[in-house]
Amino acid sequence: MITTAALGRLLILGALLVSTAGAFLGFASGAKRSEEGLRWSRRLAYAFGALMLLATLVMEHALLRHDFSVSYVAHVGSRDVPVWVTIVSLWSSLEGSILFWGLVLGLYIAAATRFTSRGNEEAMPYAIGTWLACGSFFSFLIAGPANPFLTISPAPLDGPGPNPLLQNHVLMVAHPPLLYLGYVGMTIPFGFGVAALLRGKIGPTLVRAMRNSLLLSWIFLSIAIMLGGWWAYEVLGWGGYWAWDPVENASLLPWLTATAALHSAMVMQRRGVLKGWTLTLVLSSFLLTVLGTFMTRSGVFNSVHSFTQSAIGPTILVFLAAVLIGSVTLLALRIDTLESEGRIDAPVSREGTFLLNNLLLVLFTFTVLVGTVFPLVVEAVNGKQMSVGRPYFDSMVVPMGVALLFLLGIGPALPWGRTSHNEIRRALLPPLIGGIALLILGVIFGARNPWTIVTLFAGGYALQVTLVQLAKLRHSRRSVGAYVIHLGVAIAVVAIAISSTMRTQREVVLQQGQSTTIGVYTVTFTGTEERSEPHRTSSIARIAVTKDGRTVTTLEPRMNQYEMMREPIGTPDVHSTIGGDLYISIASLEANRAGLLLIVTPLVSWIWIAVLLMAAGGFIALVPRTVIPSVARDLGGRRAMHVPRTPPAQVPRAARDDMGVA
Amino acid sequence: MACMKPEPSASDVMRRRTRRFVVLALAVAALAFLAIAAGGINDNLVYYWTPTDLRAAGNKAYGATIRLGGMVSAGSIRHHRGTTGVEFDVKDANAIVHVKSSGVPPQMFRDNIGVVVEGTMIRSGTFECHRLMVSHNNEYKAPQAGQHPTNGKELEKLMRTTEGL
Repeated sequence: MITTAALGRLLILGALLVSTAGAFLGFASGAKRSEEGLRWSRRLAYAFGALMLLATLVMEHALLRHDFSVSYVAHVGSRDVPVWVTIVSLWSSLEGSILFWGLVLGLYIAAATRFTSRGNEEAMPYAIGTWLACGSFFSFLIAGPANPFLTISPAPLDGPGPNPLLQNHVLMVAHPPLLYLGYVGMTIPFGFGVAALLRGKIGPTLVRAMRNSLLLSWIFLSIAIMLGGWWAYEVLGWGGYWAWDPVENASLLPWLTATAALHSAMVMQRRGVLKGWTLTLVLSSFLLTVLGTFMTRSGVFNSVHSFTQSAIGPTILVFLAAVLIGSVTLLALRIDTLESEGRIDAPVSREGTFLLNNLLLVLFTFTVLVGTVFPLVVEAVNGKQMSVGRPYFDSMVVPMGVALLFLLGIGPALPWGRTSHNEIRRALLPPLIGGIALLILGVIFGARNPWTIVTLFAGGYALQVTLVQLAKLRHSRRSVGAYVIHLGVAIAVVAIAISSTMRTQREVVLQQGQSTTIGVYTVTFTGTEERSEPHRTSSIARIAVTKDGRTVTTLEPRMNQYEMMREPIGTPDVHSTIGGDLYISIASLEANRAGLLLIVTPLVSWIWIAVLLMAAGGFIALVPRTVIPSVARDLGGRRAMHVPRTPPAQVPRAARDDMGVA
Repeated sequence: MACMKPEPSASDVMRRRTRRFVVLALAVAALAFLAIAAGGINDNLVYYWTPTDLRAAGNKAYGATIRLGGMVSAGSIRHHRGTTGVEFDVKDANAIVHVKSSGVPPQMFRDNIGVVVEGTMIRSGTFECHRLMVSHNNEYKAPQAGQHPTNGKELEKLMRTTEGL
């Protein structure tokens, strides 16, 4: 009888074998243009996905059965935790999270092989080869340095349970899977990019496949970043959602380059230029996800989001170096094969703003990258430990963010191509009304920070442009999706500006029965309460909240003491309204005395809502045309979807079969 | 080679000039950006020091943002009456630094516990702390009698934490 651990190891070895074979076969059949080779590469891609799925199911089975003879289960499992915690334990620690990574990669590869093959027969073998090469690397990680399927003998009777910080909030169920969907998803456009460079050709079907896969992972990544911030806000107790933590930055970096790539791909489709640039951005996005994996998985940073084991760090570093060298070499050798077919002839035009957008996003990426990696470099060189403080990021990023927001208003207002001065004036002047209106509104509500005021103006400008475009209803579904995303971005940036500059914060010590005020609220410490659950006991401070003499709610910030942990973890409690949040966390708690952190932050919830709006816009742009033809027709989509609004003579490429040199 | 190609037209020359201009402008912008970024980083470094490091830095210590890691000296904690503030000494094997904190100290704060305080050294010789973190032991072990929760590795981890920066 084969043990569960051995079965898992066997499946992973199978995946390693299949993906390595598939990678070689893919590149070989791409070079030889062998149809038989492509067929077999595709089969191996499906097999890889299936083996990863089976291996994950074996692990989940072991977790749910509390089979402590499997090393990972012994490491994170516990008989005391609720079933949902047991299920999500899969990604609560290093080895399991790498296995989960393999699963997501396997499913992505299988789906991409299934759904993007038509029309891309020549590029497909290279793409599958690239994906399976990544699959081979992750199978190797799971089979070797991060093996979750080791046998433990004799099996312990019980385990410690997953990291309490991760048990502390239900958002932990959603944040890691979405982050992996976003991160791992970047592998797919990367494969298409490599294929385009190797073939020296990027046709419209390949562009579409690349853009759609990029957009899909962009959506997941957006939600994941937001959920990460939300989790930090709800759990960590310092009242903020973003700290320029290296691990947060790691998730932001590929998001920035992917955003740039989505825009430059549009210029590529319209004008036949920026091909090499777009591919560079797509390749960079993948590279940055590998860098992020290294930073979160190797233990070079200590952060709540990271795992601090370091066994797999060097392996990932080797992979990072290989991908970096491979990408740079490929770009250097092959970028010339992708010829431009047009050029950008008017700086004040839609495409001109796209260029500026790309420039700013790349600068943004560099700023964050430099600030994140600098301490690592210093420590490697002279062993001194330091970090780059938050003011660096804030002072550098805020102007770029505001400029991007302003572009988000100007760009869609301008038409493609060359335009007369009159037209430009007619396009750019009216949204000033929206900008000034929001600015005045903000100042009335107490906005005084100059950057907040500028952000309000740019936000109002962008909102008016976006809403006017959305109201026109003669766009393709893709454009509707894009404008919904823009709407979300504008709301998010304004909400971030206001919530970060207009919050009030107080630290107080209250005796039982004592009150204090913060903002419009009066808070009273009415007493403590002990509550015990199987896996933890909580000491709760009961805080009555009133506003204008009327009871609003009772907040219960608490200290959670988990089994197996020496010290308690504080968990804040939040009263959210559409206008702002009251946030209370405990610094210290005794029977009749509570040290509290009180924070009132305006408009925080709008950030979460805005990001969900962005994700919804992304999905609107993604859904295949055939699925909702009636909606597309209602929006007048059929016409606009195929015929560019610029005169056909200027843009023959969009209609042409192939955009590269044959 | 030149005879194979037609003479460059006036618009070609213009285009080449524009391109050269654009490349030059981008290079200048990139340099300016690098200078700003380097300056920005330099002004906002947070040093990770022990009391010994801090004493060794001499005058350089004043004004810089510092994360000071050490142990709370036994018997040095003084709570301010009526406010949330607290004063205490942070020490390591060779040096001791007086720290003034205005916030509510965390639950675990006590004598002989490992702390990391973030703030600046002022001329009077006091370390003004705006953030006080206590060394958490996240190992899943029951505490053993007589064992100090503080050891070098724990502090090291806490120093590097970026939580709530």
